[in-house]
Amino acid sequence: MGMSLAFHIVFATLGIGLPVLMAISEGLFLRSRRPVFLELSKRWSRGAAILFAVGAVSGTVLSFELGLLWPGFMEKAGAIIGMPFSLEGFAFFTEAIFLGLYLMGWNRLPPFVHWLCGVLVAVSGILSVIFVVMANSWMNSPAGFKIVDGKVNDIDPLGAMLNPAASHEVVHMTLAAFVATGFAVAAIHAFFLLRDRTNVFHRNALGIALTLACISIPLQMVSGDFSARSVAKLQPAKLAAMEAVYYTQTGAPLQIGGIPDDESRTTRYALTIPRGLSLLSTHNPNGKVIGLEQFPRNDWPNVRLVHWAFDLMVGSGTALFMLSIAVGWFAWKQRGVPDGKWLLRALVAAGPLGFLGIEAGWVVTELGRQPWIIYGVMRTKEAVTPMSKIAIPFLVFTLLYVFLSVIVIYLLRRQFMKTEAPVSELLTNDV
Amino acid sequence: MFELIVAGFMFVALIFYAVSAGADFGGGMWDLLATGPRADAQRNAIDKAIAPIWEANHVWLILVIVILFTGFPRAFAAMMTALNIPFTLMLIGIVLRGAAFTFRKYDVQSQDVQHRWSTLFGAASFFTPFIQGVALGALSAGKIRIVDGRLATGFFAGWLTPFALACGLFALALFAFLAATYLTADPSTARDVQNDFRLRALWSGSALAPIAFVVFITSKEGAPAMYHGLTQWWAPLLIGTTLCFAIAALTGLWLHRFALARIAAMAEVTLILGGWSLSQYPNLVTPDITIFKDAAPEITLRLLTYALVAGAVVLFPSLFFLFRIFKGKEN
Repeated sequence: MGMSLAFHIVFATLGIGLPVLMAISEGLFLRSRRPVFLELSKRWSRGAAILFAVGAVSGTVLSFELGLLWPGFMEKAGAIIGMPFSLEGFAFFTEAIFLGLYLMGWNRLPPFVHWLCGVLVAVSGILSVIFVVMANSWMNSPAGFKIVDGKVNDIDPLGAMLNPAASHEVVHMTLAAFVATGFAVAAIHAFFLLRDRTNVFHRNALGIALTLACISIPLQMVSGDFSARSVAKLQPAKLAAMEAVYYTQTGAPLQIGGIPDDESRTTRYALTIPRGLSLLSTHNPNGKVIGLEQFPRNDWPNVRLVHWAFDLMVGSGTALFMLSIAVGWFAWKQRGVPDGKWLLRALVAAGPLGFLGIEAGWVVTELGRQPWIIYGVMRTKEAVTPMSKIAIPFLVFTLLYVFLSVIVIYLLRRQFMKTEAPVSELLTNDV
Repeated sequence: MFELIVAGFMFVALIFYAVSAGADFGGGMWDLLATGPRADAQRNAIDKAIAPIWEANHVWLILVIVILFTGFPRAFAAMMTALNIPFTLMLIGIVLRGAAFTFRKYDVQSQDVQHRWSTLFGAASFFTPFIQGVALGALSAGKIRIVDGRLATGFFAGWLTPFALACGLFALALFAFLAATYLTADPSTARDVQNDFRLRALWSGSALAPIAFVVFITSKEGAPAMYHGLTQWWAPLLIGTTLCFAIAALTGLWLHRFALARIAAMAEVTLILGGWSLSQYPNLVTPDITIFKDAAPEITLRLLTYALVAGAVVLFPSLFFLFRIFKGKEN
């Protein structure tokens, strides 16, 4: 399941980000009537189509997988947390419908209606994230039910949906989708622009992608801060693992990197910033940070992995933030899409960082929750399928997802290779 | 009361899945079986008919599943445990099929490669609905037993029986018939190809009767509860009506009244699924899991009902729009 989600999160992220880009671009075309924007939205929509087709398949697999691998979890949790999944089902449906209209309807719909379909695809995509992340956040901060004598009671699906972790997780993930897609798409167009600085197509594409990315990343930094402070309140063991804090302390230092060691309860070779952690997580240099020693040893997540993944996420986010400042500076100086050689090279290099951040962040939130599948309520091993050869189904689904990913990468690559083909005839009548 | 409403929604979603995505599966089968001088033209017609709508059609299945696990979590857990193997096989089929279709569409390469993807697409289109039929059959077989909330019968119970396999075969024939019938009425189908599909629809439609009979005979042994249901007082009425629609569909095809045939075929599928669910009502997994006993708590069902109604209000106009644009009269 972990593997499936790790793949699905990438499909889903691009599946949300690309429709936004495609709708923006078509909107620009409708306003300016410049064919380059029309061509762009067509190209991006093809990417969105591939991802959606694979996303639809992968979504089906996931919805079954919940039961095929975690029947114990679904039996208990279905009634509590099924609501957002049902709503997501509808959001997914409208996305499929309007994407079908968008892709095949270029000649059948009036331009404005066509654009509206694109906008609806983007909106449904965002709604899907909101609903799915709501369900995920419930596993981190279970709410909306009581357990009396081992039985689930007093179910309140709305309370479960609007659990305390929902708001920060939803905002963080939605922005992450924009950041990751924006920078990944920017990297591809920056790559082609490096080869041919006069290519109007790639220049405009880069401009739109960078705008989305550079607006989202500062917001993401703020949302990250908000998320960390919520986690400190809701899942102190997770925060302690994220920051590799073994002992409760005031004025805690921020430790970057290093090798956390559960036996000696120390983190060696880390870069430490005195009082940094207290400042970040409580906004007070002398604030108190709870350490892992407050929790029984068998309730600890894998400290090393969670800490490293957390640093990776924050690191890639910070790097992208710096890059966005540079982009902003050059854009202001050039009064247009920046195209300095080194900046473009940096953008190409930064392409995968957004997705690296998402994967790392996902590791933090999922592994940080272990050994629980529902935090504080149900352990992961209680939820797993009773299939005797448990490794087989896990292996099957992993292989399926590897297969899907190979396909997506291959197809997208071919789509992008095509963008190398001369688009000049189309663009000669450009402004 | 709400459990019935939710079950009703689930049933409606299942029917929509069968009459829409079922036909897409059928399209894949005819793609593989395309023969004669117009084989490529047939493939083109199928591709054109399916491309804009198959993803939306496919989402009905996801909807069925989310309604099931929200409204009837115990039933979902039981089904997914007992039928772990067939459902996993089905998912493999769905993945291969979706991948093949996407590839064929977005990776324009030599005829050779295209054909290989087409073959995979067609093969998966046979395999997937067959397994779905088998799984549905297994749910009514009564061989899957849940004792004290635990599966007592292992991972092979129910679905490797002659009855379940006959159900799989029936699903295949039904979807093939449905697809061929739709293709005769699709606005983008050319004249000569239309007649090819007309003949295919007539053949597969006629094949349904003997297969249905086999399902009925094997159900005496393989699904006694369902057999009992099908010998109730209402059964002749239902079977009679279904038969009328079947004959209407075939007659429509014979007389080139394709729009009529399409409607009749849809009604036929709806009634068949209706008969299936009536004959095992109120069981979800015969005999241990029922709609009433294993539903989620009232509050969940009530909120789910609101969500489903709200969702339907958004969904149906959008869906109507989609089909009007692509399946309405060519403008």
